[in-house]
Amino acid sequence: MQLVSKTPEGPLAEKWSRHKFGLKLVNPANKRKYDIIVVGTGLAGASAAASLAELGYNVKVFTFHDSPRRAHSIAAQGGINAAKNYQNDGDSVFRLFYDTIKGGDYRSREANVHRLAEVSVSIIDQCVAQGVPFAREYGGLLANRSFGGAQVSRTFYARGQTGQQLLLGAYSALSRQVANGKVKLFTRSEMLDLVVEGGKTRGIVTRNLLTGKIESHSGHAVLLCTGGYGNVFYLSTNAMNSNVTAAWRAHKHGALFANPCYTQIHPTCIPVKGDYQSKLTLMSESLRNDGRVWVPKTQELAQKIRKGELKPTDLKEEERDYFLERRYPSFGNLVPRDVASRNAKYVCDEGRGVSKTGLAVYLDFADAIKRDGQKTIEAKYGNLFEMYEKIVDDNPYKTPMMIYPAVHYTMGGLWVDYNLMTTIPGLYALGEANFSDHGANRLGASALMQGLADGYFVIPYTVGDYLATIGQNDKLPVDAPAFKEAEQRVTDMTQKLLNIKGTKPVDEYHRALGLIIWDYCGMSRTAEGLTKAKKMVQELKADFWKNVRVLGDGDEVNQSLEMAGRVADFIELGELMIDDALNRDESCGGHFREEYQTEEGEAKRDDANFAYVAAWEYAGENQPEILNKEELVFENVKLTQRSYK
Amino acid sequence: MKINLKVWRQKNSKTPGKLVPYTVDNISPDMSFLEMFDVLNGELSHKGEESIVFDHDCREGICGSCSMYINGRAHGPQTGATTCQLHMRSFADGDTIVVEPWRAKAFPVIKDLMVDRSAFDRVIQSGGYVSVNTGSAPDANEIPVPREISDEAMDAAQCIGCGACVAACKNASAMLFVSAKVSHLAVLPQGHAEHKMRAERMVAQMDLEGFGACSFTGACSVECPKSISLDHIARMNREYLGAKLTTENV
Repeated sequence: MQLVSKTPEGPLAEKWSRHKFGLKLVNPANKRKYDIIVVGTGLAGASAAASLAELGYNVKVFTFHDSPRRAHSIAAQGGINAAKNYQNDGDSVFRLFYDTIKGGDYRSREANVHRLAEVSVSIIDQCVAQGVPFAREYGGLLANRSFGGAQVSRTFYARGQTGQQLLLGAYSALSRQVANGKVKLFTRSEMLDLVVEGGKTRGIVTRNLLTGKIESHSGHAVLLCTGGYGNVFYLSTNAMNSNVTAAWRAHKHGALFANPCYTQIHPTCIPVKGDYQSKLTLMSESLRNDGRVWVPKTQELAQKIRKGELKPTDLKEEERDYFLERRYPSFGNLVPRDVASRNAKYVCDEGRGVSKTGLAVYLDFADAIKRDGQKTIEAKYGNLFEMYEKIVDDNPYKTPMMIYPAVHYTMGGLWVDYNLMTTIPGLYALGEANFSDHGANRLGASALMQGLADGYFVIPYTVGDYLATIGQNDKLPVDAPAFKEAEQRVTDMTQKLLNIKGTKPVDEYHRALGLIIWDYCGMSRTAEGLTKAKKMVQELKADFWKNVRVLGDGDEVNQSLEMAGRVADFIELGELMIDDALNRDESCGGHFREEYQTEEGEAKRDDANFAYVAAWEYAGENQPEILNKEELVFENVKLTQRSYK
Repeated sequence: MKINLKVWRQKNSKTPGKLVPYTVDNISPDMSFLEMFDVLNGELSHKGEESIVFDHDCREGICGSCSMYINGRAHGPQTGATTCQLHMRSFADGDTIVVEPWRAKAFPVIKDLMVDRSAFDRVIQSGGYVSVNTGSAPDANEIPVPREISDEAMDAAQCIGCGACVAACKNASAMLFVSAKVSHLAVLPQGHAEHKMRAERMVAQMDLEGFGACSFTGACSVECPKSISLDHIARMNREYLGAKLTTENV
């Protein structure tokens, strides 16, 4: 397949303006003749739905939650980046662009990233106008903090609940449009299939999670704002219900899936405690502003701590190894996430990890408390410290926190062009669901920025161009054969899952898959391990379709049926992640192949052979997927070995 | 730990429900309350019994999905925490724990422990926003907001919409939820233009949904996982009264 990115010509800083001018418009009176379907109500979905409804389009919004406000964006803690340069510390649109490209280890599209940096400033304006209570200085102006991978202070925040406040802002804008009758809201509805006919997207098929009813919805365009696929690992910081199903089923209809192996392991999460564990909790990266990461200098000391013979506070300064500050003096504890995670893994692999499992490092606030006082630290991170104490039953003001990396975000996703359109005309992917802006590693406080950029400031321009091209009559009624066939596919799948009547609960398959992917396609990967894992996933898939046990019926609330469909898709995606990781014979960002590292153990890219986006094309049940390449062209940044030393 | 449970099972909104006893063994004190339910559901599934339905998602106390009424308290014995943040170490070996859904007319039971909280969405739709279209905002620093005002707004804005306030109230009143939004937007300059209309509309919708009246016992604030203060109810009452006395709508 020929991938056309539609990246505009011209100087980098003018590309978006020029492109906007070149896009076709739908006149205000005609907008009401177009129906747009939005799947998902996180930052990308809620902001897109609200903005498109404000423009006059008819919008139908779907969420599997009971309320749009519960989408997983709500859980983002730390903040949102914007190149406002309010701090007078040398920030600019170009610097945010540069940091993001470099942070992504030069595996993202220049033009997309620059646009993201450009619109970042408008996002903050919009959110403040909605009443988002960002942190402020005493003079009443907005406050900022720093985040990993940047040497300026450009992150806006609302205590440790920035995602919540931004989502509630977008949710309020969405609610206003529901009240105005421009948005029709479908809660507890899960998209289970996409309808494509005559080479265009025609709509979706959903299952009502309360009644089990399979329903068709027709639209001129469909926007997938369905988040990432981190739950393929079972244990992740994602919410329990986050899944890849909508994106994966679109993939099976011809939407290419790009860079699935780019997953982000977040360095500061609460360590795993037992095999009953259902999810992992993130401690915001902002903590690394004041917390110092360390482990004992020797294995002996670490062992004593693990056995409980020594407390971390017993260790003298010279018995501690502040390994990030030691290895990366200029960025110190604020190195990007992939670097911080990998280093935590190294010191634990050396036998210097703490906690009973040996899989944890310290994040210590003692110096910050001594320097700024407990009150200041409380004001900055109070709710995070409380959350930690509730889970771990330990007071982080007195003993250092214990943290370990955990899966947090997925940079890969559906391939989209500059207009955010996938390879199926009329199907768009926004936010974490697409692949476009973060390359092989996302910087902190950039996910919120991207979700809102796509929804508030990109899609309102680009979707009109497509709609104006196809015309208002180019829509399929829901009783057309294409819809009926899709409904049948969904019904058959439900029946198939219910009829297996095997012995193992869905959850056990999900946990088993998660362990395989974590062990072999997690923080570090090898060709040998990946080859082994591929076989294991294939066996798991075969076993799933023979032995899974889904109880209850299809025509009522059935959470195990919902999970079964999602896990089936995760298993297939898991195999593709492995293929992608095997194909990429280099290390970059979150993708670390042990065979490809520098002498100092840093990721070693191969720009000559791998400066491309790997976009995978579905080729049928149990067929190997076809690799398509989009070469990345860098006109404005020089590709260098990332250095945070 | 060994835990005895009495869990509310109800097939759907039309069928009457009842408390069903279960026993779970080998529970670690470090497990969360919902992980204990995962273990129970796994065992039920192995036995061929249908698992217990409950709402949950983020499991870190922010999405507001989880909603269990545990031993007569919304979200259980811990203060300032949701059900998913409650850990088994709050209970003793051999305890019997009664788990029910939220009980309120405006929150009908859907199945087992899952209730319908869409009334909250409709209350927000009636006025819980600032009317500002995308793209029309002034520069974010154009209007300074004193830090204490911004903090006050944030205190109210952190409501997670779980409904514990309603469940805890003997009248099933939604005053804490509604006032948190009214107060959040009323104290900010951005929300000022619509403050009268907002208070009027949101209170009217709240009544329409069948929530009870507020008798100011304060149970809502005590049980609120975000410890939202009763001050916001006082502010909403003032906003509402002010709006009614000076309204343009006659």
